[in-house]
Parts: sequence; structure tokens; C-alpha cells
Amino acid sequence: MNLPYLTSLVIFLPLVGALLMLPMRRVSAIRWTALATTTVTFLISLLLYVGYDPAGSPAQPQFVDRIAGWFPGLDIQYYVGIDGLGLLLILLTTLLGPIVVLSSWNYIDRHQKGYYTLLLVLQTGMTGVFAAYDLILFYIFFELTLIPMYFIIGIWGGEDRIYAAVKFVLYTLVGSLLMLVGILYLGFAAGDAVNGGVFTTDYFKLLAYNVPLAAQGWLFFVFALAFAIKVPLFPLHTWLPDAHVQAPTGGSVILAGVLLKMGTYGLVRFCLPFFPNAATDYALWLAVLAVVGIIYGALVSRVQADAKKLVAYSSVSHLGFVVLGIFAFTVEAMQGAIIQMINHGLSTGALFLLVGMLYERRHTRLMEEFGGIARVMPVFAFFLVFTALASAGLPGLNGFVGEFMILLGSFKSALVGHPLLIALATSGVILAAVYLLWLLYRTLFGPIQKEVNRTLPDLNAREVLLLVPLAVFMLWIGVAPGPFLKRTEPTARFLLETVEQKRLAALEQAEQLATPAALRRMGSEGETVQTANP
Amino acid sequence: MNHTTLVGLILLLPLAGAVFNGLGGLAFHGLRRQKVLIGALATLAVAVPFVLALYLFLTYEGEPLLARFFTWIAAGELELAFQYRIDELSLVMTLIVTGVGALIHLYSIGYMYEDRGYWKYFSYLNLFIFMMLNLVLADNLTLLFLGWEGVGLCSYLLIGFWYEDFKNSEAANKAFIVNRVGDAAFLLAMFLLFREVGSLDFGALLADPAALPSGVVAAAVLLLFIGATGKSAQIPLFVWLPDAMAGPTPVSALIHAATMVTSGLYLFARISPLALAAPGVLVVVALVGALTAFMAATIAVTQYDIKKVLAYSTVSQLGYMFMAAGVGAFFVSIFHVLTHAFFKACLFLGSGSVIHAMHHVEHTLHERGHHGHLDPQDMRNMGGLGRFMPATRTTYLIATLAIAGFPLTAGFFSKDEILFKAFEYGYNGHAYAWIAWILGVVTALLTAFYMMRSYVLTFEGTPRWPMADQVHPHESPATMTLPLWVLAALSLVGGFVGLPGVIAHGEWNLIHHYLGASGGGPVAEPELQAHVPLAVEWALIGLGVAIALIGLYWSWTAYRRHGLAYDEMLRERFGAFYRIWAAKYYWDEFYDRAIVQPLLRFARNGLAAFDQKVIDGAVNGVARLMAELGQRVRRVQTGVVQAYAMAIVLGVALVLALMLFG
Repeated sequence: MNLPYLTSLVIFLPLVGALLMLPMRRVSAIRWTALATTTVTFLISLLLYVGYDPAGSPAQPQFVDRIAGWFPGLDIQYYVGIDGLGLLLILLTTLLGPIVVLSSWNYIDRHQKGYYTLLLVLQTGMTGVFAAYDLILFYIFFELTLIPMYFIIGIWGGEDRIYAAVKFVLYTLVGSLLMLVGILYLGFAAGDAVNGGVFTTDYFKLLAYNVPLAAQGWLFFVFALAFAIKVPLFPLHTWLPDAHVQAPTGGSVILAGVLLKMGTYGLVRFCLPFFPNAATDYALWLAVLAVVGIIYGALVSRVQADAKKLVAYSSVSHLGFVVLGIFAFTVEAMQGAIIQMINHGLSTGALFLLVGMLYERRHTRLMEEFGGIARVMPVFAFFLVFTALASAGLPGLNGFVGEFMILLGSFKSALVGHPLLIALATSGVILAAVYLLWLLYRTLFGPIQKEVNRTLPDLNAREVLLLVPLAVFMLWIGVAPGPFLKRTEPTARFLLETVEQKRLAALEQAEQLATPAALRRMGSEGETVQTANP
Repeated sequence: MNHTTLVGLILLLPLAGAVFNGLGGLAFHGLRRQKVLIGALATLAVAVPFVLALYLFLTYEGEPLLARFFTWIAAGELELAFQYRIDELSLVMTLIVTGVGALIHLYSIGYMYEDRGYWKYFSYLNLFIFMMLNLVLADNLTLLFLGWEGVGLCSYLLIGFWYEDFKNSEAANKAFIVNRVGDAAFLLAMFLLFREVGSLDFGALLADPAALPSGVVAAAVLLLFIGATGKSAQIPLFVWLPDAMAGPTPVSALIHAATMVTSGLYLFARISPLALAAPGVLVVVALVGALTAFMAATIAVTQYDIKKVLAYSTVSQLGYMFMAAGVGAFFVSIFHVLTHAFFKACLFLGSGSVIHAMHHVEHTLHERGHHGHLDPQDMRNMGGLGRFMPATRTTYLIATLAIAGFPLTAGFFSKDEILFKAFEYGYNGHAYAWIAWILGVVTALLTAFYMMRSYVLTFEGTPRWPMADQVHPHESPATMTLPLWVLAALSLVGGFVGLPGVIAHGEWNLIHHYLGASGGGPVAEPELQAHVPLAVEWALIGLGVAIALIGLYWSWTAYRRHGLAYDEMLRERFGAFYRIWAAKYYWDEFYDRAIVQPLLRFARNGLAAFDQKVIDGAVNGVARLMAELGQRVRRVQTGVVQAYAMAIVLGVALVLALMLFG
């Protein structure tokens, strides 16, 4: 099954909804339009899931839409499609769409039109990132997400929103501008090598091009830096707690649920297969940073007084697992990393929603302001405990599946499988219990100490409605992740095989070039690698 | 019905009960009031699986049966399924879990009837049974781990069941986190085994341990043992179990005595072929077990909280079981799991009956205007209860005799078998087994002593609560005493499934033949060359009987005569030792000062400060630098467009430069 324009429809429908909203004046009309748009988009995106053929060639995206010939003389196209990796991330994005709208229903009490418009534009940007098969197009979508998020934090955020918003943008821009340089270089070099001298950013043409060893180092660096900031990988993470704490709930859910995944997605999609030698050479270093992040994020999380900051730092820890899995270069770990991206979106998204629900009731997120509210909010308590357990990696819920596969695959990895490193990473599951149980203990348990908490209303139907789908997916992935893993496995295998082939090819190329050079310069030492550049 | 359907029902009924009572009670407040319905459904959800398991047990033909439902996690070489294994070992464990479980559900109907969270309680209890069944029936290590962490979750939920008291929630957190330390080791064992074997199915893991590098086997078994020290409360991770008594008493009986805490022993019996291939690790297992048994017994002597006595007693008995595992007698450790499930569940439920009665006393005292707190678990407030609660008293006494090893009771057979196996292993040249044996014999004396002490202080003598002549406690209702009688009867006769080798040359040691590899069962046994002479074997039995009787008699006469004052005499006689025992060897203080506090300080003053000042400071510093540069640039070039143009030029120049010289 291959419906035409389905991918484009899923990408741009939110944008259409945003345009429809522009002439509207009534807040309820705006909200309902946003809800309808995101819901319809989600339902349509289910067609992608249904129609996706897991047995199809992983070297070929499905549901492809392309328009070539934008710029004369440059091979830059509108080229979108779906593969296993993109499919799951797009579904996560479209699922979170209506949930975020619902969560903002009363929370956003001013400039609603602007907020929901930006939200929908943001969704188009995020979906586009996961569907783009042209590097320039990817870059446009990547940057497109920056602007709405900047305003969402800067306008609807907390007290220090301006500082947080500017920090968010500057951090990300530093990385992405350097990446643009990399993209341009890559486009020219690949154009010369495989596209008859025409600048190209077609993903598969770039994939067919073996980047010379000498260039791989700095190219990998600029790409990885941009994505590592987004992830965020320790020590590039300090924009995250500020952005999360200041952002409104909906912004935090999107930020944690989807925006961070653009970083890990970029590492998997571009950094690994484009620069295989550099990626494998630096794998251990990145794995070490990832493991430092796992432990560091968890420990810092434990000592936060603000519940939202606790969840924010826990993201640093969780994403550390994902990065470790990516750089293990084994199918098990890669599959684990992919499913863990989804898991983190679900469980951390839900945690932010839950913390937001507390905030809406008390206008504070300090844990010391709560305590004992399980007594008055049992349904809230149920969802918070459930989500915390999923996040802590309890078997039977989603977090375990991802972490288990990542750690198991990393342990057998030839590149990062040092027992001590994996043991340290595994200690992250202890620390996850430490900070998550602390969150439960401080908010839910003990006697009610503040009078005002005695009358807190439990969750209403709208709040339950937006948590239930997330809980269902947490349980589903925890018990039967097969349908999801089956769809990503060909992609994961294809990427890893590509990495291996290209890595060997680049080494061979370097050797061939090096040999005559070495003969010519007999006697002079250490020059061989430099000459590998065409 | 074929076996797959049966296994499916055995697993799904408790799960369905948990979901029905849990989500139903959460969503519909009307359901919460249907207490009879809730309790009956929950009990049936465990009793029916018991009957089904009994049917499987009776029709079992000696060949392991596999029941596969669906794939769980598959990626690369990894292939894990919800696949369950029915064999002798899992059948015995399933019968214990569902049988004792059903009795404790029944008991809970009466015990928890007045509690606000009745529906929640039964939901958690059913969920526990489901997870425990996953643990004992799983056919791969990871599914076992699902049950392993799942029972830990239920333990957490039930320890913190009365969460409005901080102390209970703290105990729950401690239990979960300490267990997670063990679980991390368990995970590493799985990663290691998967790397070496390429599978985590028991069939593949246990097929040929000799083919694996011995270092790998040793590391894996050691890691699994660390995992077991968490769940089964051994040194150094036992510290959570005494605190876990914060939960409702039937929970202590089911989870923290009869079933969950024996998971580590089940695990070792399951992987016994691997464990036997790691003789060095077995030394550690035996000595840790023996030391734990001894240490916990000395602490138990000094406790006043009746549940704390039983908690340390459980730690001690689990130590015995690991001692057996450490001398290769895995089936004996399962034998003791079985008998211990009977008498320890009986003791805990008996203590629950006592606490129930003491609550009533406290309540009546309040009504009569007597204020002041009366700790219903403190034996210093009890005494003479036997008169008022004859059924509780009789069953408690029977279970006390059983755990002490009084001749022909269940504990007599299983504990003697453990000590004999340790002796035999030492006799076969494994010197460490002698050390374990000596510690085991001393512990047997202590066990008889502290258990009889708890019996006498609770049920004998004169009452010590205020206004004792006017306020009288009552015996518990039949739903509570019936399980007590059943468990007491089993504590008396349960040992006959494992008659010692001196009788009919071991022909009548049914559990040995059923579980042991020599009889076609799944539990591996070491090959022993030297046989202990029959006379020595009889002498050892005589020694066991003598020790039990001495301990019981000593304690009986001392506490009957002196009452609580005898503790003071002990305190004087043992001085510093007694202080250390009473202070529980300072384990909690050690962990708090050596690990918890330093780590928190490091996180708070080290990392969090580092995060703000150093990392973020650097970021803000760069930003300020840029801002200053911007100021200067502005003096030179004012227009925004020019700045952009320059940036573009610079960027293009950089790209060109890199292309040309890169």
C-alpha cells in the first residue's frame, strides 16, 4: 500500500491547521481547531503504520514524495519518506500532538492563538525532520523547530523565560550553524565524487559517497556537536534544565518528547553512516560521555527541590542510555536505542504532564510544598507511580525493554563493551530508582502537611484522557514491543551494515592512495594519512 | 485442557484479580465497599491456580513441559519469549506460592477488613502472586527477572501500604533501592551470559556449563549471588528486610518470609548446573550464608518487637538455605524453603493474630480513658496472651518447635539435612564446609533459644499491658485461625517428604528423588566420593536433637522464671557483644555514613554546584564574551545587513578554505 502524498500530508496538515486558525478570534474555536488538526493528523499517521511494509528493502524509504529542480544547478530536492526509524518517531510526534493541545487547554490563559499556531508549526517542523531525505530540507525543518520553541518558552514561560529561551536558541544555533558548514562541504564533495560535479544533498547519494578519512574527523565533529547539544550529551546539557523549568507544560512535553530525539535521530541517521570511521574511532569517547551523563544526570536529579528540574535532569540520564546504545554498533543496542527514544518520549512526556497538573493546582513545583497527596488524589498517584516505574525501567513496562537491549548490546560490543563501563552504566538503574522513588516519596506519601493540599481535586476526565494513551503505550512496549521492533530492525541492520561496509571501503581507499605516496616519499615519516584526501 | 492452557490460567487468574480489584477500586468507589466480593475474588484467584497446579503436579510425567505464549523482546541474536517451564522444581515452587498464598489471602480477609485500602491491598497481593509465578515458572533468565523485579515492586507497594507514616514509605524506598543494587548485578550476569552463550533460555544456559570459560561462569554465578543477597536478604544487602516489617503482617508472612525472599534459593536451584561449575563462588555462598545465619540469630535474641524477632529469624533461616546451596545441596535448600514456608508463615500469621488482639487492647484502653501509646508489637507489653487466644498460642508453639528443630517436626528434618550436607561436604575434603557447619550448629542453638523466648514473652506469664485485669484481648476470627491450623499441621508433618539418609538408605527422601538430578530432576548435585559412616550420621542427628532441646529448655525455664529480667541478665553477661547484637551490628549506620550521606553530599555540593558554576558558568561566560565583542563590532559596523553579509562571507570563506586545504 502506498498512498500518494501521505507523508507530506502528515507533515503539513498541522501547518494547514495553523493557517486556518489565523482569522479566528474565539479561544474555544482556536483550541478545538488545534485539537481537531492534531487528532486528524494522528489518525492519518496511523495509515503510515498500517501501510508500512516491514519486509520492504531498508535501503529504500516508503511513502516517498519528491520534487526535484528547486535550484538550477544544485541537486537539492523536496524529498521525504518513511523508514522504520522515522516511522516510530513520527508516530510519537503525532501522538503527542493532541495530548499537548489537551494539556494546554486551561494552562495557557493568554495569547492562545499565538500559542496554538506555534504549536502546530512546531509539529510540522518536527515531523519534517524525521521524514526528510535531503540534507538541506532536513536542515530547514531542523531550524524551523527552533523559532516556535523559542517563542513558546519566551512568551508563555516562567519568570526567567527570556534567559532560558535565548540560551536555548544560542546553544542550538552554535551547533547547527557549524553543521551547516559541514553540510555544504559534504554537498560539494559528494557532488564532485558521485553526482557529476553537481552539488547534492540527496541522502542516498551522500550515503554512496565515502568521505575521505581526513575529512571525516572534523565533519563528524561538527555534525555530532550539533546533535549532541540537542540530545543533550554531557557536558552540553545546561540549556535543558533552564528551558524545561521555564517552558509551559506543553513546551516541556514536546521538548523532552520529541525535540531531544532530533539529536539522537541525527546521530543515527547521519553521523554514523556518513562518517563511519570517525564514528567508530570516537565511539568509546562518546560512550564514556554518555555513561558520565547517565550517572551525573541521575545524581543531580536526586538533589533538586523542584519536581520539574528533577525530571529535566533525569532526561540527561536517560538520553545517556540512548547515546551509549547508538555508539555500541550492535543490532541489539541500536534497536534498544531506537525504542528507548520512544520510551523516553512517552514516560518523560507523561512525567512533565503530571508535574504540570500539580503546578496548575498549586502554582508551585517545589516538592516540599506537597507530600501525602496520594490520599486526596489517588488517580493522580496511580499515574505518577506507573510512569515513574516505567521510567525507572521496571520489567513489563517500556523503559526496561530499551535499557536492557542497550546495555546487553553494549556489553557485547567490540567498541564500547568494557565491563567496567557497562557496570557503571548499569548502576544508572539503581540511581533511577533513587531519584524517582524520592519524587514519589516527597509528593505522594507521608502525612498531608499543608492545609491547602487537603482539598486538591483529583484528576478530571480531560487529564485522565491525555494520560491513558501514554500509559497504554508504556505497557504495550513493555510487554509486546515486537510490532515496533520488527519495523525498526531492518533499518537498524541496514545502517549498521552500511557503517561497516563504508568503514572498510574508506580504509581501503586510504591504503590505495597511501601506498604510492609512501613509496614516493620513502624516508619521510607520518605523512600517509593526509594524502588520502582527493 | 493441555498444559499451556493450564499455565495460562494459573498466571492469568491472579493478574485478572489484581486488575479487577485495582483498577475497579480506583475507578468505582462503589466497588470498594463490596469487601466480601473483593476478598473472595482475590482468594479464589489464587486458590484456583493452586488446584490447577496440583493437577499439573499429579499428572506430571517426568518430562519438562514448555508453554510458550508470545515473543517478548527480539533483536539481533536476542530472542526472549513469554515461555514457561513446568518441571519438578517449578511445580514445587508453584504449589508453595499458590498454596501458602491462598491461605494468606484467606487470612487477610479478616485481618484487613477494617482497612480503608482493602481493595488496593488485595490488588497488590494478587499482583504479587502473578509476579512470583512468573519468577518460578519462567523459562529464561530475563522473564525470571521480570518476576524478580515485579515481586520487588509489590513488596515496595505493600511495605509502604500505610504510606501516611513517613517511616513506612522510607522502609519501602529502602527495600526497593537495596534490591535494585542486587538487581544491577543480576542484569550484568545476564549481559555476560548472553555474550558468551548467545541466549538466556535455561535450556541453552544450562546445557553444558563445562564448555564455557570457567572465569565467565564464576563471574556470572557471583553476580547472580549478589542479586540473590538483595532479594533473599543476605550479607551485605539484608538491611531492608527488618525494616520491611512496616507492612501489614500477612504481607510479612507471604512476601517477606514464605515466598519472595526465597527467590534467591530458587534461582540457585534453577541454575545449579552453572553454580556447581563455579566451586570458588560456592565457597562464598556457603560462608556468607552461614555468617548471615549466625549474625541474624544473635540479633534476634535481643529484639523486643515480635515481628522484628521473626524478621531476623527469617534472615537467619535464609542464611541456612544459602549454606546448603554453598555445599552443593540445592535440593536441600528447596526442602528448607518448603518447610520454612509452613512454619514461618504460621509464626508471622500468629504474630499478626497477636497484634490484632493487642490493637483491640489499645483501642479498649483508649475507650476507658487510658491515654498513652501502647505499641501492639512490643513483647514487653504482652505476656499471658495464651489464656485469651488458645488457637494462636497452640499454633505458634507448634511452629516454634518446628523452627527450633524439635524431633520429627518439619524443621527438624530440613535443618538436620542442611547441617548433614555441610558436614558431608567437609568430610569430602571441602574445608570451608566445616566452618559453615560449626556456625550452623551454633545458630541452631540460638534459634531454639530466641524462638522459645518470643513464645514465652508473648503467651506465658502474666499480662504486662495496663489495666490487664480489666481489659482482655480476644482470639481472632475463624478466617484467621483456620490458616493458622493448616500451617501448624504442615509444620508438624511437612518434613516427612524428606526423611534422612539413615532411614532406608535415603530411599524415603522423596524430595531428593523428585528434585535431584540423580532421580531425573532438574536440580544438579555434586559427585561425592566419601560417605559419612552410618554411626556418625546417627550421632549428628543426636547432636541436632540435643541442641534443639537444650536451646528450648534453657529459654523456656529462664524466661518462665525471670521474664523480661532475663534479658538484663544476658545483657550483663555478654556486655559489649550484647550491645553490638542489639545495635544490629551497626549495618544501617555504616551504610548511612559510608555511602548514602557522602553520595548525597557529593551530588548536592559537588555535582549540582559544579553544574551551575562550572559548566553553566562557562556557557554564560562565553555568552558575555560574545556580547562584549558584539559591542565592539557595533562601533565599527552599525548595520545589521552588513553583519549578516560578513557572516556569510566568512562562512563561505571557511568552507572554501576547508575544501582546498582540508
